[in-house]
Amino acid sequence: MAATDTVLSPSAVELLQTRRSIGARILDFCRHQPLGAIGLAIVLVILFAGLSEQWIAPYSPTANDFAAMTQPPSWAHWLGTDEFGRDVLSRIIYGARTALIIGFSCAIVGGFAGLVLGVASAYFGGRIDLLIQRVLDVLMAFPLIIMALAVVSIFGTGVHNVIIAITIPLFPRCARVVRSSALAIREVPYVDAARACGFSHARIILRHMVPNVMAPFLILLTAFVGQAILAEAALSYLGLGVQEPVPAWGLMLQGGAEEYATTAPWIAVFPGLAIALTVFGFSIFGDALRDVLDPKMRNR
Amino acid sequence: MYRYIVNRLLLVVPTLVGAAVLVFAMMRLIPGDICVVRLGSGGGTFDEAAVTACHIELGLNHPIWRQFFDFVWGFFHFDFGTSMWTGKPVSFEIMQRLPISLEIAILATVVALLLAVPLGTISALKQNSWIDLVVRTVAIAGIATPSFWLGILSILLVLNLSQAVFGSPWMPPITYVPIWQDPIRNLSMAFLPAVTVGYRYSAIVMRMTRSAMLEVLREDYIRTAWAKGLVHRIVINRHALKNALLPVVTLAGIEFAFLIGGLVVTEQVFNLNGIGRLFVQAVQNQDYTLTQALVMLAVAVFVLTNLVVDLAYAWLDPRIRFA
Repeated sequence: MAATDTVLSPSAVELLQTRRSIGARILDFCRHQPLGAIGLAIVLVILFAGLSEQWIAPYSPTANDFAAMTQPPSWAHWLGTDEFGRDVLSRIIYGARTALIIGFSCAIVGGFAGLVLGVASAYFGGRIDLLIQRVLDVLMAFPLIIMALAVVSIFGTGVHNVIIAITIPLFPRCARVVRSSALAIREVPYVDAARACGFSHARIILRHMVPNVMAPFLILLTAFVGQAILAEAALSYLGLGVQEPVPAWGLMLQGGAEEYATTAPWIAVFPGLAIALTVFGFSIFGDALRDVLDPKMRNR
Repeated sequence: MYRYIVNRLLLVVPTLVGAAVLVFAMMRLIPGDICVVRLGSGGGTFDEAAVTACHIELGLNHPIWRQFFDFVWGFFHFDFGTSMWTGKPVSFEIMQRLPISLEIAILATVVALLLAVPLGTISALKQNSWIDLVVRTVAIAGIATPSFWLGILSILLVLNLSQAVFGSPWMPPITYVPIWQDPIRNLSMAFLPAVTVGYRYSAIVMRMTRSAMLEVLREDYIRTAWAKGLVHRIVINRHALKNALLPVVTLAGIEFAFLIGGLVVTEQVFNLNGIGRLFVQAVQNQDYTLTQALVMLAVAVFVLTNLVVDLAYAWLDPRIRFA
């Protein structure tokens, strides 16, 4: 096949020259948002740990070594061992996967449910909006952990039920924020034009309105991952979340961590540090993302 | 203002009724018969008579509309029935545990405001300086740190410090003594939990204080105050901070209502017999009457606190009530 020469107009060439590569954009982000860059680095490290735990963890998270119980940090066990002789570092690395599965599942399911509901509420307006907002008022009156505990009391414990328990209180919060952004978009001419063209409600909501509320939605999503990880850790710590033998950070802080706090403090210190660092990473990355996507919020 | 109050009060009613419907429905969503689940949880055997007795005790033999009416009526009379776990009235169980939780919540609010307002203000005044960076980092760390882990660390710190200083480890007391009976014992018990819960609370309020101060500092009247040659202290305290505190007070009020969430785990760490721990025990023991009452109570506290905060805000800021 003969090669065809493509002639670009001067304006297109100029546009291509001004478009920067993803690498250049990331570098720009790091230069202007140093705290956000630290957050991004933490998030990437946790993602790497959660995705490659079977290759990087030195031991099995469930392997007991009764000859090495409550061992302090050493070359053999970098973060020490717990009361059953299990390697704390390996359990933290495997726990990253549990935290990420729950964090991302809750954020994505709760976020998208809230996104569609919030945009639909703003788009339809009137009585439908009023009804949806009153239902959201009711759901938002439940503190997150109270609602999660109430749901766990119905469905029981375990990873899947914890995801349901945390997702239910998250989606109304997303719907409320997204609705306020979507209200402004409802009035813009291209939405009127889409209506005039006779497009269906679903098409207008999903194709024309949803993409335009992506900025606040992405910021919320990062915050939700952190909130879900914290809520999962709290539920697991209370014995009402993830159950043994699944390695989870909150679960690691239950029982032995308190019992051996004075003689083997590493059992309590490192899993908590993993939770705090992960949520810290998502929070500062989310803050930086907000500054980049919403210049009005800069310097707040 | 009266119209605003009436409108706001009218909004509270559907929220509370909706929450009551949801709580009532949730407890009836439990797969199977609630009495069979409860009686069978111990692993023992039970007969049909025990199930019938349980139904009568919980009022489950009545039609669903009557059950809902009894639930709402009982709620307004603070009569939540009998705990399935302890056999005592639910209202008695709540009243037994309420003082300690309330005290920790109030102390946590004091700790939070004492930390948040000065630090948030300094952070805004020194925007983009190293002080600002440190305060912002401390604030984000406060939001990111699980309160139960902070509780474990604070106990560990107290144990090690007391061991190093006095030669023997000291632990805060866990039995509640009213403050008017023994203030030192009471405060030594409530101090650590209050700081643990208050740190997270302060982090949220600190961010709001900084944000509100930054906004107010850019207002025209602040520029006028500077131009008049007023001293720094008066511009900041009388003109800027006074106005910036409006949203801060609102947020502090809303967060106070959410404190029960923080107390649920913190009371567990410090072994305190408060409302939060009672809630966890109710869920663990499948005590549906107690769980139902506590969830409804948390929602009512949240809704009513929000109402008070909104009314206070409207009273303080004429722009709201005349909007």
